[in-house]
Amino acid sequence: MDFNLSEDHQMLADSLRRYLTDNYDIETRNAHAYAEPWHSAEIWAGLAELGIIGAFIGEEQGGFGGSAEDVSVIFEEVGRGLCAEPLLGALMGLRLLAGLGRSDLVEAIVAGSARPVLAVYEPHVACDLSHIEAQARRDGGDWRLTGRKSAIYGAPGADHLLVAARTDAGIGLFQVESPELISATMVDGGGVSDLVMDDLKVECLSPDCRADLEDALDLGRVALCAEAVGAMAHLIDLTIDYLGQRQQFGRPIATFQALQHRVVDMLVELEQCRSITIAAVAGFGTQDQARNVSMAKNLIGRMGRKIAEEAVQMHGGIGMTWEYPGAHYAKRLVMIDHQLGDHNDHVLRLLELGGAAKGRAA
Amino acid sequence: MDLEFTPEERAFRDEVRAFLKDNLPEELAGKVAAGKELSKDDLLRWQAILHERGWLAATWPEEYGGPGWSAVERHIFAEECALHNAPRLVPFGLNMLGPVLLKFGTEEQRREILPRILDGSDWWCQGYSEPGAGSDLASLKTRAVRDGDHYVVNGQKTWTTLGQHANKIFCLVRTSTEGKPQEGISFLLVDLDTKGVEMRPIRLIEGGHEVNEVFFTDARVPVANLVGEENQGWTIAKYLLTHERTNIAGTGFSMKDMERFHRLSRQMTRDGRKIADNPIYAARAAEIETELEALRITNLRMLANAKGGAAGGIESSMLKLKGTQVRQAIQDLYRSALGPQAAPMASELSENELAVPVEAARAAPAYFNNRKLSIFGGSNEIQRNIVAKELFRR
Repeated sequence: MDFNLSEDHQMLADSLRRYLTDNYDIETRNAHAYAEPWHSAEIWAGLAELGIIGAFIGEEQGGFGGSAEDVSVIFEEVGRGLCAEPLLGALMGLRLLAGLGRSDLVEAIVAGSARPVLAVYEPHVACDLSHIEAQARRDGGDWRLTGRKSAIYGAPGADHLLVAARTDAGIGLFQVESPELISATMVDGGGVSDLVMDDLKVECLSPDCRADLEDALDLGRVALCAEAVGAMAHLIDLTIDYLGQRQQFGRPIATFQALQHRVVDMLVELEQCRSITIAAVAGFGTQDQARNVSMAKNLIGRMGRKIAEEAVQMHGGIGMTWEYPGAHYAKRLVMIDHQLGDHNDHVLRLLELGGAAKGRAA
Repeated sequence: MDLEFTPEERAFRDEVRAFLKDNLPEELAGKVAAGKELSKDDLLRWQAILHERGWLAATWPEEYGGPGWSAVERHIFAEECALHNAPRLVPFGLNMLGPVLLKFGTEEQRREILPRILDGSDWWCQGYSEPGAGSDLASLKTRAVRDGDHYVVNGQKTWTTLGQHANKIFCLVRTSTEGKPQEGISFLLVDLDTKGVEMRPIRLIEGGHEVNEVFFTDARVPVANLVGEENQGWTIAKYLLTHERTNIAGTGFSMKDMERFHRLSRQMTRDGRKIADNPIYAARAAEIETELEALRITNLRMLANAKGGAAGGIESSMLKLKGTQVRQAIQDLYRSALGPQAAPMASELSENELAVPVEAARAAPAYFNNRKLSIFGGSNEIQRNIVAKELFRR
């Protein structure tokens, strides 16, 4: 039993934390996250230089990492630094391209000079890929897609747009060149797009890669859980600091038991969220992958919202202001539950898998 | 990162499992599984079996008859015992007085008292709480006034768990009213046969007799029964509170209770479908189970920290908080799953008169009884105070 980070992981975490602290304060973050193109080319290049993007895939695929633990170490710092750069889409897109052996594309992505995103979800699909409606059809030597993709995180300005669509063989993956996107700012920062396809000519990357898609999405969920843990830890720190500074009735409000107890409950839930994320990391790539990931995404979704709401409440009016960093952490924590399946979707997935307890190591 | 036990720890777990399989009497495990009350003889019988194996006093050093286990081994042992429906060990002698004597007692006290805890000659109970001193324990008023070689004790203790089986009680008593309330408290051992000591039962919410109140009227207690120095009692009490408490999260019990819920949910039909097929119950169970799985890992993380020598001050408070919340959530789920069948008092019916499985018959009384979990052993509010004190110190 050993829950400490390895020396390499500690160094990775430290260097990313230092980079974000030095180059990405909340004003810089908000300036990029809330205005077109919704991310910073400079920060992206910096992250790539640190090896962050290469750490998403294994050495044999042209990267420098590739384990679920690599991903969780990175995303915990992404959460702590509230980094709104389009890393989630890049993670899932790069995993798929590397898995399909597209080394021609991988090198530029790892170097930070090209960026992939993944289009899976649709207006009527939030988690379960069985309900995908977008349809691919063969047209001589070409492929054409029809349907609407939604929630394509980080799509504006992306270089490789990977689209999942139904084929005769299952669910295939396609690449769209210079798509016309419907783009908007996300409530919690960053850009998001829809893609409307009407017999759109595309390149086929794989006619059926459902299993790879599920794996990429599960790793994306691990990333979101780790991101939430980092954001929760920071938001709780901010809350404790604020309660110590804010004076009312002639003393710091940190002295009020009604508030102290709520902070303790937040802290206990943070430890629980950290634990279930560890379970998701440890289960990744094993027969427990789907179950552990769904348990984690469920707990993180519920507790992320709770910690966000409690933090805003205890900050009072300040917690409601755009100017206060904590407000943006709170938004991120609530909105993480909307990505890659929410807590209810993941309970349903758990039930389909036969419940949460099965498969626990004896 | 590594969530697995070491090969040695796994071998230890196998050894514990084999021992339980061979030595835990079916009759006792059956009673525990059915949530029935265990008699004094039942509890002593299990204690004797463990004592023979040298596994009774998990926290004691080998020199005094303990097994010399690490924190992880103690955890494994407690969890396996729960999973095999072993009777709970009564903690007052084994996990409370024992460690206190080992830390604060005289060698004479250790040599005299510890063996009698192990072989069951003495059954200790705890005299801490008073009607006016619960969470604010330091306000306790039971007086011990020195009179030659004796203390004369007057006052009242309450919530004395299983005191009806005990022949001895360890008490916190007031030996001084000078200075802060904490500075005038002493730790005193009292024979329950002493003249002027009287025990009365308290009936609990579900109807059971588990706790008592103890009255002291001019009870004369030898000064030799003092543990540590006079007025050092608060230090001793605090030591016990922060002393690493094995199995405080109770994950083994929760896992067992969850298994029992799943059994019921597959057996029982309610309004045309199995409870397992009722999406609301299934979802609620999955969410509680998710929290239990997180707690299991939180517990392991804190154990791993302890193994690395890190201080565990607020960690046992956090484990107690979440552990009791999870256990109570499962009790609530189980009771509510029974629907109208939770109402009949099982104790008034024979097994073939019951409309539900025998192990489910006491679901509602057990739920009510287990509301105690978040109240005793330092209420959950006190646990939050302990964590908050640490958090807001900076």
